[in-house]
Amino acid sequence: MGDSQYSFSLTTFSPSGKLVQIEYALMAVAAGQTSLGIKASNGVVIATEKKLPSILVDETSVRKIQLITPNIGVVYSGMGPDSRVLVRKSRKQAQQYYRLYKEHIPVSQLVRETAAVMQEFTQSGGVRPFGVSLLIAGFDDDGPHLYQVDPSGSYFSWKASAIGKNVSNAETFLEKRYTDDMELEDAVHTAILTLKEGFEGQISGKNIEIGIVGPDRKFKVLTPAEVDDYLAEVE
Amino acid sequence: MSIFTYNGSALVAMVGKECFAIASDRRLGVQFQTIATDFQRIFKVHDKLYIGLSGLASDVQTLQQRLQFRHKLYQLREERDMRPETFAHLVSAMLYEKRFGPYFCQPVIGGLDRDDKPFICTMDSIGAIEHSKDFVVSGTASESLYGACESMFKPEMDPEELFETISQALLASVDRDCLSGWGGIVYVVTPDQVITRTLKGRMD
Repeated sequence: MGDSQYSFSLTTFSPSGKLVQIEYALMAVAAGQTSLGIKASNGVVIATEKKLPSILVDETSVRKIQLITPNIGVVYSGMGPDSRVLVRKSRKQAQQYYRLYKEHIPVSQLVRETAAVMQEFTQSGGVRPFGVSLLIAGFDDDGPHLYQVDPSGSYFSWKASAIGKNVSNAETFLEKRYTDDMELEDAVHTAILTLKEGFEGQISGKNIEIGIVGPDRKFKVLTPAEVDDYLAEVE
Repeated sequence: MSIFTYNGSALVAMVGKECFAIASDRRLGVQFQTIATDFQRIFKVHDKLYIGLSGLASDVQTLQQRLQFRHKLYQLREERDMRPETFAHLVSAMLYEKRFGPYFCQPVIGGLDRDDKPFICTMDSIGAIEHSKDFVVSGTASESLYGACESMFKPEMDPEELFETISQALLASVDRDCLSGWGGIVYVVTPDQVITRTLKGRMD
């Protein structure tokens, strides 16, 4: 393999200008379970598959959508343990900001700090890049926000985005369904329909997770019962 | 002698109708000897936010340089100006950082919030914030300023009336304090302009 001699050191560019470890990290993301997010006119929804390795796993113990601050939530595709490191660091950053200014951190600032950590892990010695992409959803003074952060540390603000398995199908689906005047309820329906597209098996409140944040600026992870209600609505 | 009274200062801020005023004396002394009569202790943070620092002159200047640095960094990072309340908490955090070797300053902060609602507050040298709806005072003339403000202040004053009131309160107070005086400076901040006037007082 031509790239192999450049594959070990993170900080070595291949002659074609690629950092192959980062590409591998992106492949780890692409192999992960699908997550997606949609920014509506009055809020944001993020959703993800929650496929468990065995039916014996207690599904109530697995939480893929997590809060960073009361108004910001995050979901990942890729390696679960890596995401927890990032969540821990992001929460700390958010609290440091709050301690300094007595004001919740704006979504853009939190995303920048999180992306900076991910970038650091592409250039430091003795570490590897994070095997996750994140979707960060929040509502602040500037309205609703949806950001995607990749292992390289690059980040984008999206109207709607998907990461993990089946991205291209999900993105095509979102492109077809997205409208600018969409409201939060429609966005939740669209999110469910998009997940359903690439879903293997029967979708239910127990094997997907949905998080929403609206103008009340309270990020909420829906309970399985609430997800089931939404599922009934789209059918 | 307290180090807070080494240079002498008089500092006051008042709230008016959709405006606020912040004023101080201009004396820099070393105990009873006057060194300068054009000392600045009120500083602009941005168009609608001012901070006054009473106390030790050297710490006044150091603190203002650090605050200006922090605010410029914030502007670059977040592409916006700081809200007065946010700025007050930043000042408070920076002062408390030096809890056991403080800056010998008592800040007074005045600003217009996003909806042009006036905000004033003061804090002690280790950052304990005190909010106020009417007026705040600080410096060696603070005791006489309290008296003057309590008798002269009215709520909902327009900018010109506010200027008159804060000027009278300041001039009356510095005459009863040996360590402050030698003229004053007043800033009246409204949503669309800042009125800056220097006052002549008793030069003795």
